[in-house]
Amino acid sequence: MYNLIGAGLIVIGAGIGLGQIGGKAMEGIARQPEATGKIQTAMIIIAALLEGLAFGALFLGK
Amino acid sequence: MKVLKKPLVFYVIVLAFLCSNSILGKSDKAHDEGEVSSKEEVEAYILHHIKDAHDFHLFSYTSSEGERKHVGFPLPVIVWSSKGLVTFMSSKFHHDDSGHHIVEAGGSRFAKVHSKIYELDATAKEIAFDEHHHSTNAHKVLDLSITKSVIGVLLVGLLMFLGFSSLARQYKNRKVPVGFGRVLEPLVLYVRDEIARPNIGEKHYRRFTGYLLTVFFFIWILNLLGLTPLGFNVTGQLAVTACLAIFTLIIYSFSGNKDYWKHILWMPGVPVLIRPVLAIIELAGALLIKPFSLLVRLFANISAGHIVVMSLIAIMFTLKDTLGVAGATALSFVLSFFITLIEVLVAFLQAYIFTMLSALFIGMAVEEHDHAH
Repeated sequence: MYNLIGAGLIVIGAGIGLGQIGGKAMEGIARQPEATGKIQTAMIIIAALLEGLAFGALFLGK
Repeated sequence: MKVLKKPLVFYVIVLAFLCSNSILGKSDKAHDEGEVSSKEEVEAYILHHIKDAHDFHLFSYTSSEGERKHVGFPLPVIVWSSKGLVTFMSSKFHHDDSGHHIVEAGGSRFAKVHSKIYELDATAKEIAFDEHHHSTNAHKVLDLSITKSVIGVLLVGLLMFLGFSSLARQYKNRKVPVGFGRVLEPLVLYVRDEIARPNIGEKHYRRFTGYLLTVFFFIWILNLLGLTPLGFNVTGQLAVTACLAIFTLIIYSFSGNKDYWKHILWMPGVPVLIRPVLAIIELAGALLIKPFSLLVRLFANISAGHIVVMSLIAIMFTLKDTLGVAGATALSFVLSFFITLIEVLVAFLQAYIFTMLSALFIGMAVEEHDHAH
């Protein structure tokens, strides 16, 4: 039961983080469309790091 | 010759299916594995699929005589028991996964429980467990079997060897590849020019491109293989992803230059008292957290994808009573169809991210600092 609540909290946190990353990347691309490639690469790396953190937490909580 | 080849492959596959059916179809009906209707059975079935298996099980059905039949291939079981190396075919277990069927081989007796092989003690008649799921009268053995995942790894290895050696051979005679090489060439160039070159740097990227290409195509093809109905879940095995992450760890640790290790062990530019504290954090980051995040990300993404797809397929059975057979099947088809499309994207994305982060870590290790501290 408690680990399910924990999993929910992890997903909320990761969701907020991913939303921030995605939103800011969108803004960046809108301002500078010629930098789309670089922004996307950086976005995916940060998202992957965040995902690793979230999965690590979910994995430990299991 | 080219016309002859394809029907030949087809006949071999059909023959293999027919043979496996006639050999394995006669198996006893001790266990009703494969038939799912209730929620608990669905859960057990999904968890069984996520794990590695000692046999290649394709599907089961009930024959007109009411007999349960399994279609698949047996695979060799190779274990290091107390009496040395023992080998036998997994068909000896007769699809039993609950420890009821005991196999005698090489002077020892074995039982299989949840895809783990136990060796029974000399006096034990049937395997018994205490409340912590530790066996009281049997012990686990070193399992070196050619399991389903190993078959998947070997298959992808063979595919990659054939595909890429033919691609490499084509460049000897002409500048442009033909056939399937036209699909592979842009992907190879993509990994080299978009992943290896910008992250590792112009000077060193050539040394590591081979590894990055191998790991990219290995993960990608295995991920795609996991989406076929063959039921592979190779990149969803912790052992496989851990092994890949350890490869990356070894490569960036051993190719790291003096500057890299200096920044980890004795960080320049900060007060001396803080340096040992930073060294502990940096060492944990370099040796534990980086490979751990690599292995857990791939494992969790692929496993979660498989669980979601299978759960959506299982809607057919779990919502049969509320929506009717046609309604539940339609809902299940629509949902699992779109999730599978997303999974095709995830299969590429995870291979890309693993390769990208490997390149990034290698790039951090070989980066040259021209500024003096």
